[in-house]
Amino acid sequence: MREPCVSAKSNRLQKITTMEKNEQPIRKTFQNSILAWIDERLPIISIMQREYINYPTPRNVNYFWSFGAIATVMLLVMITTGLVLAMQYTSHTAMAFSSVQRIMRDVNYGWLLRTIHMNGASMFFLAVYIHIYRGMYYGSYKKPRELIWILGVMILLLMMATAFTGYVLPWGQMSYWAATVITNLFSAVPLIGEHIVSFLWGGFSVDNPTLNRFFVLHFLLPFVILGVVLLHVAALHVTGSNNPDGVDVKSKRDTLPFHPYITSKDSLAMLVFAIIYAAIVFYAPNFLNHPDNAIPANPLSTPEHIVPEWYFLPFYAVLRAIPNKLLGVLGLFGGVAILFFLPFLDRSKVRSCRYRPIYRWFLWAFVIDVVFLGWLGGRPAEEPYILWARLGTLYYFGFFLLLVPLVSLFERPSPLPASISEPVLKTADRPRVS
Amino acid sequence: MNETSSSRGNTHIGGRERREFLGLLVGATGAVGAVAFTWPIVDSLNPAKDVLSLASIDVNISELQEGQSITVKWRGKPVFIRYRTQLEIKKAEDANWQKFRDPQSDTERVKKAKYIVVIGICTHLGCVPLGQKNITQRGEYGGWFCPCHGSYYDESGRVRKGPAPLNLTVPPYEFLDERTMRIG
Ligand code: HEM
Ligand code: FES
Repeated sequence: MREPCVSAKSNRLQKITTMEKNEQPIRKTFQNSILAWIDERLPIISIMQREYINYPTPRNVNYFWSFGAIATVMLLVMITTGLVLAMQYTSHTAMAFSSVQRIMRDVNYGWLLRTIHMNGASMFFLAVYIHIYRGMYYGSYKKPRELIWILGVMILLLMMATAFTGYVLPWGQMSYWAATVITNLFSAVPLIGEHIVSFLWGGFSVDNPTLNRFFVLHFLLPFVILGVVLLHVAALHVTGSNNPDGVDVKSKRDTLPFHPYITSKDSLAMLVFAIIYAAIVFYAPNFLNHPDNAIPANPLSTPEHIVPEWYFLPFYAVLRAIPNKLLGVLGLFGGVAILFFLPFLDRSKVRSCRYRPIYRWFLWAFVIDVVFLGWLGGRPAEEPYILWARLGTLYYFGFFLLLVPLVSLFERPSPLPASISEPVLKTADRPRVS
Repeated sequence: MNETSSSRGNTHIGGRERREFLGLLVGATGAVGAVAFTWPIVDSLNPAKDVLSLASIDVNISELQEGQSITVKWRGKPVFIRYRTQLEIKKAEDANWQKFRDPQSDTERVKKAKYIVVIGICTHLGCVPLGQKNITQRGEYGGWFCPCHGSYYDESGRVRKGPAPLNLTVPPYEFLDERTMRIG
């Protein structure tokens, strides 16, 4: 082994062998011999322990930090109910509508599974929108968490595609016309628009080939989402969680182990969320539904007033506010895509709005604007709603493109606490317990 | 180990070029293969032959009276046929069409002035405009009105207001005789 001409490769080999001989196994073994046996071969258990039990979490996180966990649970609920619904559903234009009726009437607990799935989409979006707003308010998209944010926007886009393809499956009037209008958005692309649309349809209108591929995509995309969620969380565990003060973790005093502190907090949040969800499922299962979707799809007649699901309404209002087709479509997609650039538009070093006295108000105005646009998206396309939607659209894009960069340059943030634990311990005014 | 390193040491210019050439060849073949594999996958999503086989339909228009409209289905889409009144024809012909968003004269859009035939799909985002059954829903330009995002079409199916970029499409059609029209 000591010959002068050892290649780099055998050198490395040698290192590994000595290490194996002389050092204790690096991995913590478990009491339980089966767990220990698995973990030595695939350290999945110690990884889970590190990331979900010991994982140091800022001690000041509030309930807004529970919505990521809630969204994850919603994804699993959707996948589970979707999987069994898919076993009963028929993706053919002649049978889709009645196969869903059969799920509602004949399949054991079909009514329950479907209402859980249907309203689950809304609850999922609700959780994710709150989750996004949390990120905006507390500056979680800023360095070093930009990639977590970007992966999150990708998840949002995938969710939108999933919810849209899913909404088409019951093949009611709203399903059919939503599919028609949304696929036609691509006809706005110059020159090849018409080709893209007939490519998406697999024909000359939304028809059986379209329904089939939408079903396949609707089945596939949630698993793609699951994959991106894993990356999103993996990236989070590299930087660690942000917190309501937006200051970095400086010492062990600033954090608590994930379990039992955060797990218990998340569990409580999840229970409350689940109660609201269950109340909708059992007492108002069709509250968010459009009655026109109880009419089977009819390609020859568009319902007089077509509206998308509530979670698309703000973007729909933007589409209708812009009188030019191509620009309207760009506005609709741009409204989501602009989120990708938020980390780079906001130059302020201060993360949390708690310490951003001016930006905070513009952000609240932005929330009101989005809700307002959502309301307008559900109104008919006539005055005065169109004018209002134009003003709302102006603020939406003005917020990202003008207010965010400018305010971040000129605002004087209020003084930041020295650390996370400092204000907590000060206000608590009692000896440290840790 | 020794053999490879010595042969590498002896690499002459020709050998190196050969190596690069082989690398390039493999890469290029792989790229061609990847494209050749991808294209069928992508193209399978385009309309299939049965869908493409353009069916034409014959429509009996002998029952259609002045001022009436009928809707027929062609290639999965509604086609609007309207027997226009003298007043409607006059308004369509006299309109100042050069100023329209999609400038077309009425004569360009009809084969016989009394019949306007258009595909009943709004050129904005594909809804079916109103005004076939209920004449009070034709909107302020007397043709069709699309309620989805508010597009207005005139008696010739030309877009006059709203987000639609183009006039309603005129499908290929011909008159076989006085009573029958063939679409497609
Ligand atoms: C990201 C998660 C998901 C979302 C946001 C979502 C959303 C939706 C929506 C909005 C509907 C229409 C509900 C209705 O109007 O009846 C739907 C239907 C459906 N989904 Fe999902 N879904 C998700 C996951 C899944 C998964 C994983 C599957 C299967 C593996 C699935 C299978 C189905 C089936 C078969 C239907 C049609 C039956 C019905 O209308 O109830 N979904 N989905
Ligand atoms: S689809 Fe007719 S106005 Fe939008």
